[in-house]
Amino acid sequence: MEYKISNRLKIGAIIMIVLGVLGVAYGFMDSHKYENVKDVETLLNNEASHGGGHVTEAHGVEAHDDSNAHAVDSHSQDAHGVEHVDEDHGMSHEEHVLHQIHNRPWSALYVAAFFFFMIALGVLAFYAVQYAAQAGWSPVLFRVMEGITSYVLPGGAIVLVIAFLADSHLFVWLTDGITDPDSDKYDALVAGKSGWLNKPWFFIRGLIFLAGWSTYRYFSRKFSVAQDNAELNDNRNFKKNFRISAAFLVFFIYTESMMSWDWIMSVDPHWFSTLFGWYLLAGMLVCGVTVIAMIAIYLKSKGLLEHVNDSHIHDLAKFMFGFSVFWTYLWFSQFMLIWYSNIPEEVTYFVTRIEDYNLPFFGMIAMNFIFPLLLLMNSDFKRVNWFVIMAGVVILCGHYIDIFNMIMPATVGDRWFIGIPEIGSILLFGGIFLWIVFTALGKYPLMAKRSPFIEESKHFHY
Amino acid sequence: MEASKVIHAIYTDDDVLMSAVKKVKAERHHIEEIYTPFPVHGLDKAMGLAPTRLAITAFIYGCIGLTVAVVMMNFIMIKDWPQDIGGKPSFSYLENMPAFVPIMFELTVFFAAHLMVITFYMRSRMWPFKKAENPDPRTTDDHFLMEIAVHNNEDSLATLLKETGAVEINIIEKEEDAH
Repeated sequence: MEYKISNRLKIGAIIMIVLGVLGVAYGFMDSHKYENVKDVETLLNNEASHGGGHVTEAHGVEAHDDSNAHAVDSHSQDAHGVEHVDEDHGMSHEEHVLHQIHNRPWSALYVAAFFFFMIALGVLAFYAVQYAAQAGWSPVLFRVMEGITSYVLPGGAIVLVIAFLADSHLFVWLTDGITDPDSDKYDALVAGKSGWLNKPWFFIRGLIFLAGWSTYRYFSRKFSVAQDNAELNDNRNFKKNFRISAAFLVFFIYTESMMSWDWIMSVDPHWFSTLFGWYLLAGMLVCGVTVIAMIAIYLKSKGLLEHVNDSHIHDLAKFMFGFSVFWTYLWFSQFMLIWYSNIPEEVTYFVTRIEDYNLPFFGMIAMNFIFPLLLLMNSDFKRVNWFVIMAGVVILCGHYIDIFNMIMPATVGDRWFIGIPEIGSILLFGGIFLWIVFTALGKYPLMAKRSPFIEESKHFHY
Repeated sequence: MEASKVIHAIYTDDDVLMSAVKKVKAERHHIEEIYTPFPVHGLDKAMGLAPTRLAITAFIYGCIGLTVAVVMMNFIMIKDWPQDIGGKPSFSYLENMPAFVPIMFELTVFFAAHLMVITFYMRSRMWPFKKAENPDPRTTDDHFLMEIAVHNNEDSLATLLKETGAVEINIIEKEEDAH
């Protein structure tokens, strides 16, 4: 089946990109209205006279709940303790707020860029698993997956470029003088980690990860397409793909883990968690499988994937369900271990999130766990296409908020909002994602003709 | 007790059995029962059996298990004796919930699994010392048996079954028992 990106989709993607650029530009202009500490002082005074900005409001609301009062008190003391540590780096409260305001458009860009990149990377890992496991159901979806993974290289490059340009707006450990004992910004904890967290090494690692992933992507796509024109019983290209997939999975699990420390966890350089890499991986896989299902359903509705039947959608929905539960398991394991032991240096991570990000933090549990759990449990519902699409939309929004919750508390603190800079960034990278993915989908026939498992896959029935 | 006649058609291959079932259904005969040594994929669909509701019962049992866990721990840890154990906030259920989740999870699974299994045993009438209802011992090894009630049409039925590839056809007088 031939597919060509339709004009409507092209125009839609362009409109998204243009609106996104406008939104992002507005975000930067808006944040730079506050050029110095003086402007922030007036802002803070205004907020105070309006009966409280974010901070006071959040505290006020929680204090109303009597049963919560004790816990909140002890928590907020912890949080303030941490804030004081920050402020001891020779920074006034106003300067702190100024930084947060300036960080916001950068963080918004970074969250959205990473979100779309991680979809592509999750699909790449899922695709490699399908080859390595010699799955019999999925070969009819290989071209859809290959289309989505075409975003790995540009998406990863975008993330690295934003990280490079944003510099200390995102990564506190890039602040000048933070490792210099004579500087008033000196931070002994960060200085102790500077063997790993330093600018050249960070980007060298990033480039190595990206090079490894996109090299695998390039060759697996090449072999997959070459297999189409192979002679009968000539499975050399498939075997090559099988081998490089197995090797890639080994490489991937190490690099993905390190990437999660570098690109996400290092925004909070005082904090660390050992299962963070897995946690991010689970989120990546959910989003990846969800997008595979959504694009497959879209192409099927255009009559382009005649061999994709309800059983394939059912299988994808099962993966969406299973990985959602797996994500929740890891989220909860991370949260509960830290909550239970309540060690101050670890628990501040969740204290700031529960205090300042209450709704997104707990809302995402509903979106990423309870919603898919109840909707996708029924086996009949998993075969209803619009149902899978609706569940997929909620899952994707939930995982955007998941990434949002990872980055924002470290960069903008309580000055967060999902407003024009955030939505603009989503539109911008969403548009680029759609453009690249659907262009790649149009390059080769949508059916991987000569895959050894293609007949089994065409007749897959559950 | 009314004595009734049934016809037992024996097959040696599950594919032959499947096509026989389809043919018998097409001739609008009612199949009482089929005995097979192993699960034959798609046999229930071919016979037109209603889908099982066991999964729905499991969901309900899971909800009951979750409720039991919540009510139990809310009473013990929060209402009855809210002690300070290692600084855990036992002021309300929600505040201390993360500590209860492992138990909530396990009881949900426990109730769902065990009650569903017991439901399965009861609905399929299986228990220790139960008398085996096996019309022919070969059906537990390598033969398949289709049982059809006879209503004065023995000959036509026997011919039909012979055509479908039955290796053996027996007409059995059967004492109708309670179930």
